[in-house]
Amino acid sequence: MNLQTKIAVRPDGSQTPVHQDLPFQQDQEAKIQTAYGKLSGKEKIKIGMQNLDLYYGDFQALKGINMEIPENRVTAFIGPSGCGKSTCLKTLNRMNDLVENCRITGKVTIDGEDIYAPRTDVTLLRKRAGMVFQKANPFPMSIYDNVTYGPKIHGVKNKAKLDEIVETSLQAAALWDEVKDRLKKSALSLSGGQQQRLCIARTLAVKPDILLMDEPTSALDPISTLKIEDLMGDLRKEYTVIIVTHNMQQAARIADNTAFFLLGQLVEYTNTTDMFNNPADERTERYITGRFG
Amino acid sequence: MARKYFDQELKSLTKKITEMGDAIQSRIELTIQTLRTGNVELARKVAGSDSVIDRMEHENEKLCMNLIASQQPIAGDLRIIAASLKILTDMEREADQCADICEILVTSGMADSQRLPVNHIVNTLETVQDMFSSAMDSYLSRDVQQARRICMADDAVDAAFGKVVLEVSSAIAHNPEQVMHDVDLLFMIKYVERMGDHATNIAEWVIYLVTGEHPDLNDGEEMPAAGYKGSD
Repeated sequence: MNLQTKIAVRPDGSQTPVHQDLPFQQDQEAKIQTAYGKLSGKEKIKIGMQNLDLYYGDFQALKGINMEIPENRVTAFIGPSGCGKSTCLKTLNRMNDLVENCRITGKVTIDGEDIYAPRTDVTLLRKRAGMVFQKANPFPMSIYDNVTYGPKIHGVKNKAKLDEIVETSLQAAALWDEVKDRLKKSALSLSGGQQQRLCIARTLAVKPDILLMDEPTSALDPISTLKIEDLMGDLRKEYTVIIVTHNMQQAARIADNTAFFLLGQLVEYTNTTDMFNNPADERTERYITGRFG
Repeated sequence: MARKYFDQELKSLTKKITEMGDAIQSRIELTIQTLRTGNVELARKVAGSDSVIDRMEHENEKLCMNLIASQQPIAGDLRIIAASLKILTDMEREADQCADICEILVTSGMADSQRLPVNHIVNTLETVQDMFSSAMDSYLSRDVQQARRICMADDAVDAAFGKVVLEVSSAIAHNPEQVMHDVDLLFMIKYVERMGDHATNIAEWVIYLVTGEHPDLNDGEEMPAAGYKGSD
């Protein structure tokens, strides 16, 4: 598969040529076979990347990425260190804007809108596409204030409303039962796994559409990891979740679709069942079976 | 290359299953000799030593389960172990049926090796022996084309089964006093026919191991293309 020929890889593994002169095919719907069984309905495309190239100075970190990510599904990005998977994730809420000498060509769309268009409000974009990082990074304030920080910035002042947001966000992050009696305690008093779920709750509090997770469990113990994995299964009902992970078994457990990156290229993008049973590309096989990387 | 030890263990698994295949192969050979020569002692030996193969099966199963638990295999690695587990069951059944045939010979007296149905049973068992040998070779060499050819040989076994059933039915009609003896012949040819099916099943799992698709060769179903691209 030569990605330089501008082939869009759809989640079902089929390929579509991308024509430069046509608008990105947002209305196309993908039939996806998921890890949880074949879906009967057609999928709505939430995120699109077209001919996406990204440079850090002279170094090209992403090369001609073309992919469509369906709504309300968990999509895993896998690949060896330096393959571009985290960079690709960060293009989806323009976190790379903060990196000096970073240059992007091509197009990234959410619900058909070009997020790199000059009129894009980046703060609103990041509210819409929230991010959870490898290391839990709660603010040094109370659990309650961590969750209400975002809504307050976006203008929510009503105490009852904020209380409601705290409860629903913590419940959605499967943390409410563990902290409901100590909301005014410092977030730093929580365990690592609880802190990471608090960060997820903090992201959910501003009602995003998309959750971007960059190795969210790599610093956690196995039980906390499994709690967050279960949580992702619940979150996919309301959010489009994209997770970067180095843990192959984690991708196999939680993702509906999986994308394999290598040297800045998207090598293979298909439903997770096929990826982990019978990958189409020799390089994918060698990576996921641990023969290199 | 990463996963050096895992690769060694996968190779060791293939080697142990091949050794079990060799042991079964010699049991098929002994069963053929027994049918040809009427050697009751030999028949008793084959019938009474099936536990050796059972033990090999359990040891290899255990090895597969340990590899799954310790290495969490995926993709081509997972297919090697899954296919090996399934193949083990069919291999063990091959040995069981050799023991069953020999048991009939021991308990009901030797078949008259000059009779036509017995000759046909022996000939069919020789075809099955080739099928099994070829199936094990295809497992060792991961040869999809060779595995596919086993399906065609099974058609010949099925045809021979029908022929022997007709011969024996005719013999029963002409000489009803020998009916118990003839029923034993029917059991034997049925066991041989099942052995052909088990060899075909092994071939199917070899195709799965290599391609990721599991065809049903016993039903003459369309087979997938044989492009091998997996890891070794």
